[in-house]
Amino acid sequence: MRYLPASEEDIRKMLGAIGASSVEDLLASIPKEARLQKPLDLPEAVAEPVLRERYVTRSVRNSSPTCRPCFLGAGAYDHYSPAPIDQLLLRAEFFTAYTPYQPEMAQGTLQAIFEFQTMMADLTGMDVSNASLYDGASATAEAALMAHRIHKGKTVLVARSVHPAYREVLRTYTRRLGFTIQEVPFGQDGRVDLGALKAALSPDVCLVLVGDPNFFGVVEDLQAVAASLEGAKKPLLGAVVSEALSLALLEPPGARGADLVCGEARSFGLSLGFGGPYLGFITTKQAHMRQLPGRLCGETVDAEGRRGFVLTLTTREQHIRREKATSNICTNEGLCMLAATIYLASMGRKGLRDLAVQNLSKAEYLKGALKAKGITPLFSGPTFNEFAVKLPVDPAKANEAALKSDLLGGYDLSKGYPELAGGCLLAATERVSKLACDRLAAVLGGLS
Amino acid sequence: MSRIEEKLLFEKDHPGRVGASVPPCDVPEVSPEAAFGALARKAPLTRLPEMSEVDVVRHFTRLSTYNYAVDMGLYPLGSCTMKYNPKLNEEVARLEGIARLHPMQPESTVQGALELMDTLQKALCAISGMDACSLQPSAGAQGEFTGVQLIRAYLESQGDARKIILIPDSAHGTNPASAHFSGYAVEEVKSAADGCIDLEALKARMGPDVAGIMLTVPNTLGIFEKNIVEICKVIHAGGGQVYVDGANLNAMMGLARPGDWGADVMHINLHKTFTTPHGGGGPGAGPVACKSHLEPFLPRPVIVKRDGRYAWDCDRPRSIGKVHGFFGNFLILVRALCYIETMGGEGLKKSSELAVLNANYIRARLKDDLPLGFDGPTLHEVVFCDKGLPNGITTMDLAKRLIDYGFHPPTVYFPLIVHGAIMIEPTETEPVEELDRFVNAVKAILKEAAEDPELVKSAPHTAYRRRLDDVAAARNPKLTYKP
Repeated sequence: MRYLPASEEDIRKMLGAIGASSVEDLLASIPKEARLQKPLDLPEAVAEPVLRERYVTRSVRNSSPTCRPCFLGAGAYDHYSPAPIDQLLLRAEFFTAYTPYQPEMAQGTLQAIFEFQTMMADLTGMDVSNASLYDGASATAEAALMAHRIHKGKTVLVARSVHPAYREVLRTYTRRLGFTIQEVPFGQDGRVDLGALKAALSPDVCLVLVGDPNFFGVVEDLQAVAASLEGAKKPLLGAVVSEALSLALLEPPGARGADLVCGEARSFGLSLGFGGPYLGFITTKQAHMRQLPGRLCGETVDAEGRRGFVLTLTTREQHIRREKATSNICTNEGLCMLAATIYLASMGRKGLRDLAVQNLSKAEYLKGALKAKGITPLFSGPTFNEFAVKLPVDPAKANEAALKSDLLGGYDLSKGYPELAGGCLLAATERVSKLACDRLAAVLGGLS
Repeated sequence: MSRIEEKLLFEKDHPGRVGASVPPCDVPEVSPEAAFGALARKAPLTRLPEMSEVDVVRHFTRLSTYNYAVDMGLYPLGSCTMKYNPKLNEEVARLEGIARLHPMQPESTVQGALELMDTLQKALCAISGMDACSLQPSAGAQGEFTGVQLIRAYLESQGDARKIILIPDSAHGTNPASAHFSGYAVEEVKSAADGCIDLEALKARMGPDVAGIMLTVPNTLGIFEKNIVEICKVIHAGGGQVYVDGANLNAMMGLARPGDWGADVMHINLHKTFTTPHGGGGPGAGPVACKSHLEPFLPRPVIVKRDGRYAWDCDRPRSIGKVHGFFGNFLILVRALCYIETMGGEGLKKSSELAVLNANYIRARLKDDLPLGFDGPTLHEVVFCDKGLPNGITTMDLAKRLIDYGFHPPTVYFPLIVHGAIMIEPTETEPVEELDRFVNAVKAILKEAAEDPELVKSAPHTAYRRRLDDVAAARNPKLTYKP
């Protein structure tokens, strides 16, 4: 077996050094009643060339956006990842390293975390960022736990226009902790209903969560949301960002009244990956730094006074504080964080903006092409690279028709919003061409 | 060759350079101001540097040279299972039809992906002796959280969620944190002199307020919980549930299965036992496997097969809900299955046997030089203590000096119940000559500690950085670049 270096001779020699007559002797501490008495019910080993073919076969049983332009977004956007990213991720010094607990041997990883934290804080208009969380959904849930520690209240108001899966994970995380999660409806423009929001406020509300852009792709007026929260025991305002590329074009949430930003940065250089691994994050103001969940990297000096980096403020974390930690998270999304750091360095301020403008432009073009076929947006609010429309037929049927034309259609909104039956969420990134947009408009426009 | 001092990205910002190409736009350009009005960005993106592709590649390649990694040598972190990460896994996880799938694609277009997940679930059930499995949790701690939620949901369905989870003092910190975030109070169970749980004390403590116990088997001392079957009986007789933390599953693949002992639920760290890379801190995956009575509560959706086709079943009214935005860290799952299929059942068993052999070899070769934390027989890892280190040399000094000998240090100061713990897990993928090189390094350092303690106390001397001041870092936190 190619991953097991021990030869029979090695094993004999090692047993000799130990003073055991067989490997079985070394297992004697497993009581007989706890031993497995039969072979594992698993197939036999498969040789590398055969196994590789098996995965190719599995992969071609799927139909990826490689051959079918993808108009699906819904929290996962089909962006291109420049070639150097994967090549650099495959540097064994990065991908076969552990969490940087021994900083003298991990300055590469640590410096990259410090750079990531700096770029995420800058993009979101905040002071500090953590080193990653699992994904946008768990980051949203962690934001609620964080806001509770800061504010003490136990009610979270979450816009119904926040990603349905994020809201579900938020409920899973808080259900047994005595939180109340209350949804705030959306208006005709697709934005959070400010009247309903104000009516729902109480001194127990620790956090108000709105999507930015929200699940319908609509950009919220965060400042107006923030203004409506003024008063005694003011809650924190959290912006939930599931398409991080939008940050390149929008005034940062931190400059629009948000106290924290949580979400998903997968758009920065990671593959769609059928949903994971992705890249959760939280950024916030300096005042809330000590309540952040997850790892933080800080600058320091070594014994010779040279700049270096370490994991810091670790007394927030489970390996020190155990049940009193700010989160139970240990392993996070280190390599995804590295991918995002490389991506942002590659794009730079101009590249990221150009790419975002292109996303905006493609989506606006698709919107126009659909309008010309009589398919109109569901909401009037401004959108980035995704928007909701009302289709003349069941979206599931429309998607079947799209698939026949080799297009991956949109997200059927009735899955998350029964009240929006017939609604379909469509995304357009830099990877769909004008021609593909025209084809989709023709397919959807031809249905009735 | 000396290492280049690589600046921060922000110090390399070179306006006018570009490191990636954006394709020409084939539709009319829309300006953000036109689209968003006052919401359009006015703030400059100060901290996104402008660099060429060459600049970017050199920057991160240079950073990589400051790291140590499994591909360079032994990485003996106890309870972390730093095995070799097979290259084939990386290749198959990058096939376009696997890496570039949208999670919301119609089921008919992702049959290969669903088949793959279903196959992995069945393999993990076979290895753990459990009945059902969820691949959603993103890492071990989220697996723990999910597992305790299953216990809680089940007990609630029986009428009483109860209040307390018992956790041994040798447990990882994630265990008490995960129990706490599931709404349970944590009560510590003291280890007996042999490093195992005191069965009589447990019997005396078990009562109607106890929801269950979280046990790492073998425990963090590398010791197999000798009364595990009896412990399961005691907890069940008292109406509780048994959670097994699978962090140390690498000691027992094909040798022992938690499901057979009576455990109700466990998580499995694919980034430990199943060779997916640690990546400098993730991404991992922490699937949860459970007995059939907990199956209705698993995170939704679950994979089902209808008329020969795979599908997602979202209609799971008793589910604890989702723990992941989509279905879990799929590309990590792909790597783990590729490893399992490479090894086969026999190969996995052989791996665990050799992991135990390697750890016992290090133990045998060092036990006259370093005292053991606990005496009893150990499996895949061994824990030494700092008693007898000469001249005020600490565990940390020994660890840092190992860096000069070209090794990553072991896990240190954990488990907490061993004074100055030095916890070594070599794994089965280390050749004996690498183990010898490590043992000889420890012996040499102990000699230095006796003869030239300053050399050890001021280590490391050859790393990219000398000892870093983490007290200063925490006192005056600087988490972002400021010129």
